[in-house]
Amino acid sequence: MSTPPVRPGTTRRELLKLSPVLLLAAFAVPAWQDRLLETGVRISDTASSWLFRRNHNAPTFAEADVVPFERFPYNYFDVVDPEVDLDAWGLTVGGAVARPGRYRLDQIRALPQVRQNTRHICVEGWDVIGRFGGARVGDFLDFVGADPNARFVTVTCADRYYESIEIATARHPQSLLCYEMYDQPLDRGHGAPLRLQMPTTLGYKQAKYLMTLDVTHVLPERRSYWGDKGYSWYGGV
Amino acid sequence: MRPQAPGGGPGPVYEHPWFVRFVHWTNATAVCVMLLSGLQIFSAFPSFGAKVPEHDLIEAVPEAVTLGGWLGGALQWHFTFMWIFAIGGIFYVSAQLMSGHFRTVLFVTRDAPGVWPMARHYFLFGPKPPITAQYNALQKLAYTTALLLGGLLMWTGAVMYKPAQLSLLAAPFGGYHNARLVHFLAMCGLVAFVPGHLVMVAIHGWDNARSIVTGWKRHPEYETVHGIQAADGDSGSS
Repeated sequence: MSTPPVRPGTTRRELLKLSPVLLLAAFAVPAWQDRLLETGVRISDTASSWLFRRNHNAPTFAEADVVPFERFPYNYFDVVDPEVDLDAWGLTVGGAVARPGRYRLDQIRALPQVRQNTRHICVEGWDVIGRFGGARVGDFLDFVGADPNARFVTVTCADRYYESIEIATARHPQSLLCYEMYDQPLDRGHGAPLRLQMPTTLGYKQAKYLMTLDVTHVLPERRSYWGDKGYSWYGGV
Repeated sequence: MRPQAPGGGPGPVYEHPWFVRFVHWTNATAVCVMLLSGLQIFSAFPSFGAKVPEHDLIEAVPEAVTLGGWLGGALQWHFTFMWIFAIGGIFYVSAQLMSGHFRTVLFVTRDAPGVWPMARHYFLFGPKPPITAQYNALQKLAYTTALLLGGLLMWTGAVMYKPAQLSLLAAPFGGYHNARLVHFLAMCGLVAFVPGHLVMVAIHGWDNARSIVTGWKRHPEYETVHGIQAADGDSGSS
């Protein structure tokens, strides 16, 4: 059985054993702070990606829990209506896909339709339960012949917004190319004609007014509108 | 085996093993960061209810008690120091259990009768109960409660961080919104612990305060030392 140090003469060694605590002071150094916090968020994102369960659904809700459409908030970073020409609209698909090109809305509507009452969670801490309808992103990726080894899906929007998500998130059964809310065509403020709707991510990942979609092996330089400004890139919930 | 002071009275005691002191300081830092960045995060939606209709409780938290400057900055601090807080907490509990040292500080039913006399002494100037061990019953209650609040903060934090992936964790709180409220209340509880803790540290003076840095207390109040301290595994390397 070991015995404790016999007298306070060992104080110096006892202090040395605490010295790693002083590393925390690095967070107070302005030149290092940003990089340390970036590392912290990256570790959290990596852990989030590990935690992601492909076949675990986000909670779904009864009709009675759904907020009336008129009260579902409009969130936008620039303009609520970027004035997309809905008649001429097409989704330009590129990157690691067998069939790149421009896809019309009726081609996306022809894919199996999913309707779900899910919680829209904002990074600010609030949430709203809404009713959404669309095609599974995964079905669309199969439709355009996405490379099964690709790792990311990136999108750009009519309002200069842009986002990227992991392929596992894109292929989650609740991740939609959403063209309906409350069984009606998506209105302009909510992202007409097509947006991402993914109840396993925060709201800022669910880009609206989609214009292009690329399947990639690496992340582009511009990864995420809010992610590049300091929010978590992963943004999973 | 406890060395005797020259006068024959109680001699120096090795009160706090290395891991207790280490986690005390890492997690005291982490709690400050989590508190201030948490209040900044709360400012972004200062409510515990629904978004529709939204009832904000305050305009915003005063800037002086926030960290991060904006929501994104505060989240970076929160998502970085949550690891330090959680890993420190898990390491602390594991080391307490493995070393057996937890018996000095864990509040158990046997301690319950000692709480009121000690509280009466501190708050109502009652007679001072005899001090027989490193921690009295009131201290055990306070430290054990603080630890449980820390665990509750981690749990409710996980509910808010991953409401979809860890949806089952929200069930005991009756949902996601309640978890946010419990998270806030647990934080208030932990903060309430701090002034009492600091006042006691101030009252008990330098010898006592130094022991959370060096481990040693030169002049303990109590006469008998638990064998548990001699059995502490960490001290073998000293």
